[in-house]
Amino acid sequence: MTAQSQYRWRRDKEGLGVWEHRGKVAVAGYGHSPVDRRWDETSMDQTLGAYSILACQKAMADAGVTPDQIDGVICCPTTIAGASGGAASNWAPRPFFDPPYDSEWGLTRVNAQWLIKQMNLRNVKYAPASAPTIGEMVGMASQAVGDGLCTTCLVIYPTGNLTGRYRRGGENAEDYAKGERQWTVPWGNHGGNDFINIFPHNEYCLKYGGAHDDLAPFVINQHRNGLMTPWGFNATHDVPQLTLEDYVTSRYILNPLRLWDCDRPVNASAAYLFTTADRAREMQQPPVYVLNHSQHNFKQRSTQPMLDEIETWTDFAARQMYEGSGLSAGDVDIFNPYDGYSTMTQFYLEAFQWHGVKRGDAFAFYADDIRVEGPHPFSSGGGNLGNGRTRTSMYTDSIEQLRGTAGRRQVKVRAETALCAFTTPSSGGWLMLGKYPS
Amino acid sequence: MPKVIPAPDELSKPFWDGVNKKRLLLQNCAACDAYQYPPRETCATCGSVESLGWKEVRGRGHISSYIVIEDGRLDRRMPDQPYNLAVVTLDEDPGINFYSNLPGTPVHQVPVGAAVEVFFEEVGPGQLIHEWRVTR
Ligand SMILES: [Zn+2]
Repeated sequence: MTAQSQYRWRRDKEGLGVWEHRGKVAVAGYGHSPVDRRWDETSMDQTLGAYSILACQKAMADAGVTPDQIDGVICCPTTIAGASGGAASNWAPRPFFDPPYDSEWGLTRVNAQWLIKQMNLRNVKYAPASAPTIGEMVGMASQAVGDGLCTTCLVIYPTGNLTGRYRRGGENAEDYAKGERQWTVPWGNHGGNDFINIFPHNEYCLKYGGAHDDLAPFVINQHRNGLMTPWGFNATHDVPQLTLEDYVTSRYILNPLRLWDCDRPVNASAAYLFTTADRAREMQQPPVYVLNHSQHNFKQRSTQPMLDEIETWTDFAARQMYEGSGLSAGDVDIFNPYDGYSTMTQFYLEAFQWHGVKRGDAFAFYADDIRVEGPHPFSSGGGNLGNGRTRTSMYTDSIEQLRGTAGRRQVKVRAETALCAFTTPSSGGWLMLGKYPS
Repeated sequence: MPKVIPAPDELSKPFWDGVNKKRLLLQNCAACDAYQYPPRETCATCGSVESLGWKEVRGRGHISSYIVIEDGRLDRRMPDQPYNLAVVTLDEDPGINFYSNLPGTPVHQVPVGAAVEVFFEEVGPGQLIHEWRVTR
């Protein structure tokens, strides 16, 4: 088992040309755990670790592979809340349990080594000790399989949530602001993509005309798609369909950012099985081919990223992805950008110009027919807003649409290519999938 | 409750020392003349390390946009909610921006586009921060 910490797998520049492994890597399986609001702190079969094992088992069963065939495991080992997560993201100082729950591993964090041990995966040769979030892990796995570092690779994204209000406590309870926080926290900005995107969103409304609540049709449609996603939080918890009335009367978090612009933190895990195209064709499901992966990481000029920076960054991401996939906007059938806060999605939609949407056009597009049954089935997976903060529905929906197994969400338009991401405007990655390898 | 107190470190100490003397000093690159805030180890414009120094700016700016924090996560600011959080761009280089609670401006009544000037507010014993107020 090698750490491969120096392995250069990222595609984060322009001018790299079409991806050298385009169509030679495929996604052959996926699996979701149940999506709970929080771990109940007693059910050891519902921990983040247990759910990650379950997701892996489902992904392997979906593909029709056995544990002995797994030779790559990539798992994001960090908590999604970060250092400001407080009591909702750390079990300590509460006493731990019997093995394998005798540390944070398996409770609030999961890594490849913990999973390999619990699942007795004996043939793993690629399992990096550190792995990025799902937005980049799918690229890491694609490149590793394409380069031959492994052939049958599980990618796992655990998203934990314990009792306690999200991001209360931890650094946010401290009297002093250290490091990067000294430039934001004294004025009340404790960080996160809600703060990062709400100011450019306000600038957007001023520049192009429009009001914050013009996001309502998009958010409502995300909930609608979520209710058609059998594994998602909303569908499994009888969450009623969000209405316009609900949205426009919901309380503000960072006014004008409303409650329903924010996703719901959950305790869940998902796994994907990446393999070579040749192997995928021998497996149980129709292969979903990887046509390109890309990453980006931008530094803002000053304290707060402004609209012009965000437009520049997302334009770069679009050019880079289209270049590496050999596709253009008109070729993309399924488009599942990130929606962890509703205020960032318009930046992606307009950068990638899906269905011809250009800068300033997003709100009009949202007000048109974006239902999955219609001509512009935008974000058909329902995203985080429709399914909880799993950050994975963008990938799963894309796979299902290309397989033709999306059920009630199956689009009526062509579904041969899919573009999906967990990303922020400044950092993350994109993945282009295809029903055909070329 | 008072604001959260900045904790200066080696890189930021000259900045906060300036603030504590009621002066707004920004990193400035002698090689390319770019201002930089927050401070960094290298010049983000030209990459120079040794050319970075400190230069006082006038402290005039404009409000570019704002939000109202109604449900934030900072323990110390809970009693202040709801409160304004504005982004102020610096007139000498509008690429530089600062956060501000705009003391004196009623919540929700932020004049976007208005001119502002810097002033200094004590948030802990001997520790000031740079704040901004609308100029009349
Ligand atoms: Zn310079």
